[in-house]
Amino acid sequence: MRPLLQPRHRSMLVFLAGLAIFTIGVTIAAQFGLVSTSFVKTLGKTLCLCLAALAMDLIWGYAGILSLGHMAFFALGGYMIGMWLMYARTEEIVIASLMNSGLPATPEEVQQGIATQIFGVVGASDLPAIWGFAHSLPLQLMLVLAVPGVLALVFGWLAFRSRVTGVYLSILTQAMTLALALYLFQNDSGLRGNNGLSGLQNIPGMDAVGQETISLWFFWASALALGVVYVLLHAIVAGKFGSVIRAIRDDEARVRFLGYSVESYKLFVFTLTAVITAFAGALYYPQAGIINPAELAPIASIYLAVWVAIGGRGRLYGAVIGAAVVSLLSSWFTGGRVPSIPLGFATINWVDWWQVLLGLTFVAVTLFAPKGIGGVFDRLTGVHTPDRKGAPLGPDDGSLQEREAQQ
Amino acid sequence: MNALLEVSGVSVSFDGFRAINNLTFNINAAELRAIIGPNGAGKSTFMDIVTGKTRPDKGSVTFGEKSLSLLKMTEAQIARAGIGRKFQRPTVFEDQTVAENLTLALKAARGPWRVLVWRSTAADADRIDALATEVGLSDHLARKAGDLSHGQKQWLEIAMLLAQEPRLLLVDEPAAGMTLAERERTTEMLVNIAKTRAVVVVEHDMDFVRRLNCKVTVLHEGAVLAEGSLDHVTKNQTVIDVYLGRG
Amino acid sequence: MRLIALLLAFLFSSMSAPVLAQQAAQIVAENRDQIEKPSRQTIGPVITALAESGDPMADDILAAWEAKRLVIRKADGAMFISAPDGAGFTLTALDGAAAGTATKGEIVELKPNAGVRGLISTALVQFTLSDPDPVKRQAALDSIAKDPKAEALTPLRASIAGETDATLKAQKERLERLLTLRFDPDSAARVAAIDSFGADLGLDLRGALNPILATTIVAATEPPAANIDRTLRVGRDVDPVAAYEILVAAGLAPARLTLDVQRDALIANLKDGMVGGVALADLDSRAARDRAYTALEDQGAVPFAATDDEAAAALAAYQFYEVYTETDPAVTAAAKAALDAIGTKVGVMQTADLALDGLSLASIYFLAAIGLAITFGVMGVINMAHGEFITIGAYTGYVVQLYITDYTASIIVALPLAFAITFAAGVAMERLVIRHLYKRPLETLLATFGISIALQQILKNVFGTQARPLTSPAWLDGAWVLNDVVSISYIRIAIFVLALVFLGFFLWLMKRTRLGLEVRAVTQNPTMAASMGINPDRINMLTFGLGSGIAGIAGVAIGLFAKVTSELGTDYIVQSFMTVVVGGVGNIWGTLAGATMIGGLQKVIEFFNPSNTLAAQTYMILFIILFIQVRPRGIIALRGRAAGD
Repeated sequence: MRPLLQPRHRSMLVFLAGLAIFTIGVTIAAQFGLVSTSFVKTLGKTLCLCLAALAMDLIWGYAGILSLGHMAFFALGGYMIGMWLMYARTEEIVIASLMNSGLPATPEEVQQGIATQIFGVVGASDLPAIWGFAHSLPLQLMLVLAVPGVLALVFGWLAFRSRVTGVYLSILTQAMTLALALYLFQNDSGLRGNNGLSGLQNIPGMDAVGQETISLWFFWASALALGVVYVLLHAIVAGKFGSVIRAIRDDEARVRFLGYSVESYKLFVFTLTAVITAFAGALYYPQAGIINPAELAPIASIYLAVWVAIGGRGRLYGAVIGAAVVSLLSSWFTGGRVPSIPLGFATINWVDWWQVLLGLTFVAVTLFAPKGIGGVFDRLTGVHTPDRKGAPLGPDDGSLQEREAQQ
Repeated sequence: MNALLEVSGVSVSFDGFRAINNLTFNINAAELRAIIGPNGAGKSTFMDIVTGKTRPDKGSVTFGEKSLSLLKMTEAQIARAGIGRKFQRPTVFEDQTVAENLTLALKAARGPWRVLVWRSTAADADRIDALATEVGLSDHLARKAGDLSHGQKQWLEIAMLLAQEPRLLLVDEPAAGMTLAERERTTEMLVNIAKTRAVVVVEHDMDFVRRLNCKVTVLHEGAVLAEGSLDHVTKNQTVIDVYLGRG
Repeated sequence: MRLIALLLAFLFSSMSAPVLAQQAAQIVAENRDQIEKPSRQTIGPVITALAESGDPMADDILAAWEAKRLVIRKADGAMFISAPDGAGFTLTALDGAAAGTATKGEIVELKPNAGVRGLISTALVQFTLSDPDPVKRQAALDSIAKDPKAEALTPLRASIAGETDATLKAQKERLERLLTLRFDPDSAARVAAIDSFGADLGLDLRGALNPILATTIVAATEPPAANIDRTLRVGRDVDPVAAYEILVAAGLAPARLTLDVQRDALIANLKDGMVGGVALADLDSRAARDRAYTALEDQGAVPFAATDDEAAAALAAYQFYEVYTETDPAVTAAAKAALDAIGTKVGVMQTADLALDGLSLASIYFLAAIGLAITFGVMGVINMAHGEFITIGAYTGYVVQLYITDYTASIIVALPLAFAITFAAGVAMERLVIRHLYKRPLETLLATFGISIALQQILKNVFGTQARPLTSPAWLDGAWVLNDVVSISYIRIAIFVLALVFLGFFLWLMKRTRLGLEVRAVTQNPTMAASMGINPDRINMLTFGLGSGIAGIAGVAIGLFAKVTSELGTDYIVQSFMTVVVGGVGNIWGTLAGATMIGGLQKVIEFFNPSNTLAAQTYMILFIILFIQVRPRGIIALRGRAAGD
């Protein structure tokens, strides 16, 4: 156990302890009815967003690649699990209704019934080929990781191979998200167009279990996933691999001359983070209950970067804190529970002005506090920024700034 | 004895400007060589070509006993084949400690999966200590490289190069910005390194080149103008014209 | 004097009218017997005489006759035109004079039979086609063109010779040929008429040719004696299910058993948990249900229905022929050839139309992207708030129109005003934010994104979520129509011109002005430029202001045809980025090339998949990602050391 107590692991231990206390606290509060089921769901969803932010931090904070497309993987993961949830749930309903109609159902009738139920809304009555695995949970779970993983692999291979870097890469990833969103918006995409998939909160075969229990299960699963992935990513960034990707962030040409294939590392990180994000999405959408192509809007992915930046990039706990703080504040403000501010001539209604506040806060963070919330911890633990007369720590676009670094 | 690096008939041009013009250059496996030449003679481009950053329009570059063609390899592959490069300005990873910088450079598998499961062994730690001691940084292993002085960064970079265990070292103006004492130490070190491997030093400073006491190649307008000992080339009339006549 | 004039006018009108009226009334009077009891064989000359009399009343008389409103007053046997009026009728004499009223009992209606009425109506057509008033002639032509009938052919032909108006004459001749190719009894005349058009692009021609080529599918064991287009192969030219339905419709085969019918039949015959010898619980497969149904068929409990095998056998026994409803093979062949030729020409024209569409979309992208290209190319700054600047421009146009109601004037005011406002916003943003983030493009991207969401929400709070109108001046309405295929709306031409103006303006600014020189100097070597006394701060500020200002103007232009909402700019921002990236950074021609490529490509993809703009955009982005593989630095890339890598 001794190596675990090294200073470089301290932040991880503190984080895990905090997460455990939080999880237990929420569980107890839920048992005593102190928090509502919907709030437990909100917290569970927030944990999933934190998980996505962790992945974003690995690719942007550590590897310096500002991907503006990771929420596409998040949504894809959600779609993949949603397909099984919707199929299995509809199957139950169809079999039950065919039971009452006089004859026992044939497999074709069941299939046809499911297809009509799911796709009637887009005017189709056949199950598209991409639903071929939807009947099986293990296969579909495999797709949760495989589909975003393969997409990231192919896209990343194309992008990194041609040495697209910096803002070019950001724009390209944004375009990828937009393309995927537009594709899914079509009715004949096989995923119900802009209706998306719905009723995902009903877990097949679990009708007897109430939502208040299911919400806790998902909350626990999300917390566990966050904890496990945190440990995994911490192990990656604390080791030599982390050293390589930070080196790529600051000066990739130099890394090449050391004999590392920069493209392979970028591809590895891009795909790994895509898979983690997809996994987060697969946990998120059963709690959200509905997914539609609007979830893939390019703006969602930029928000992910915003969370990481507000939390402080290049430190894993920063990403988690940023995502949690911003998304919880956001639901608090947009939920209409924050009192309006009367100014005499006008009233600041936070439902309308929260976005403005968020945008301006973000600009301020970028300008004045590049360490984000993480800077608070640095101050508490007495870590200083180096005095480099404004020079960044490397020549690349994604390199750490002077004021982001720790001495 | 076969040459370690053979560059023959290489040309490259940028937007009509011929940076390298039918250049031929050989170096043996354990040899120290200095390349001199006025600004724009093509010294940096030559190094870019050897390290794979720039692709020549024509010619061939081969390396090692098996005469590997470097033209089809990426920068990383060339580096793994055993060619190390030191840049003019010290380029170390400033956000990482001296130890991390050296670990990165240490000869080991470079693939993502292998790096992911890499664990430091006692031998690795000893090697890093030895390298740090050699360049006088053993007290600074835990410091971030960005905090080092300019000279210390130069040393760190040299140590990183040695950690790579290259067979050919390309060194760009190593003496720039160094004190006299540091220069002497650098000279000594380069001569020492060249006993086991090939070293190409690109340098402006004639005094420094004289100290190296090795064969000199003079580049001019992307081609070899003269080759031989420093005394030999400095007596060459064309070299004098190029260097002094225009300077 | 006035008195004389009045007197003359009176004299003139009273003299001329009776002379003519007498003619029509006279003809009626002379042929009174025939008119009262007309027969189809003999009445022709009378109708012709009336129609050719040139008397305006002849038209009314014929119309009344056809509509059974020509009456004889029982009291004196005089003939009148009647019109229902309350319980009775108003009467008009055949010379047009009012003749009082009559009750139903006082008059007898003339009731010509259908054949005669047909002759009259033909004569009436000819009459209106030869009407002295060109407006009426035009109306008559239009009504024939709208609903072409065989009967119209003869009067149309007859009216051509007397036509004085050149335009109308041309129209009549064209219509005559269109009617001939459809309705002329002579096959050769029809073929000649078809051939006379060549590859004419008129929709009317295609409308006339297409019915000739209408086909039906006929199932038969041997080729029917009809004008056969082709023999259909089941499964290849015709879907087996559809083919079988044809057999069923023709009574050649029994209806197929649908799953629902089978199901209902089985349920209906359920007895003691058994159907046709199969247990109810076992009926959970197709095979078991078929077995049960066949058993029921054998019992005669359910109607006989074809199974898959029987259906296949029935299909094999018949041939399917596509048969023209038009019986004349020469005509169908000619029509087919003509339509093919037209199709080729339409294809060429469609390509031209597509090119115009692509060009117009390209100008929009160019306008939207040029400001971005300036800031990105010159300063390396990605401005995510560029889209909001476009929106601000559009809203400026809307606000100006609230105060200036003349649309032309409002646009003229809005363009510079939008430039000024967004220029100021851009300068403010550069001073407050971007200046502090130079050399940090990724941070700039995120910070400008923060500004973008704040601006977008502010605009939403101020102007609401509803689309606001920004109306273009009337002279920009409508389209420039080249022919039935190629047309382009004026507003798109205006945007194209605006894009050209901006291209020219930008080239002039960069190549011919001091500012352009300094901008180029700062772009290429900021340190050197600074040492020569150029203030890079000022240049960056002006450049950013300029890029933003152009976005504002683009916003006004885009607002004229798109919905003005707070999300207007967002719809264009990714395309603008693509344009800049594909075109290559730091070069206005690159932006132009990028816009042309993206605009053109999008239209081409839309053409192949017309129902789906979404898919078109998806494929376009995929194409761009692949394109970046081939040219990572865009179409027009700076090469070598100047690229700065």
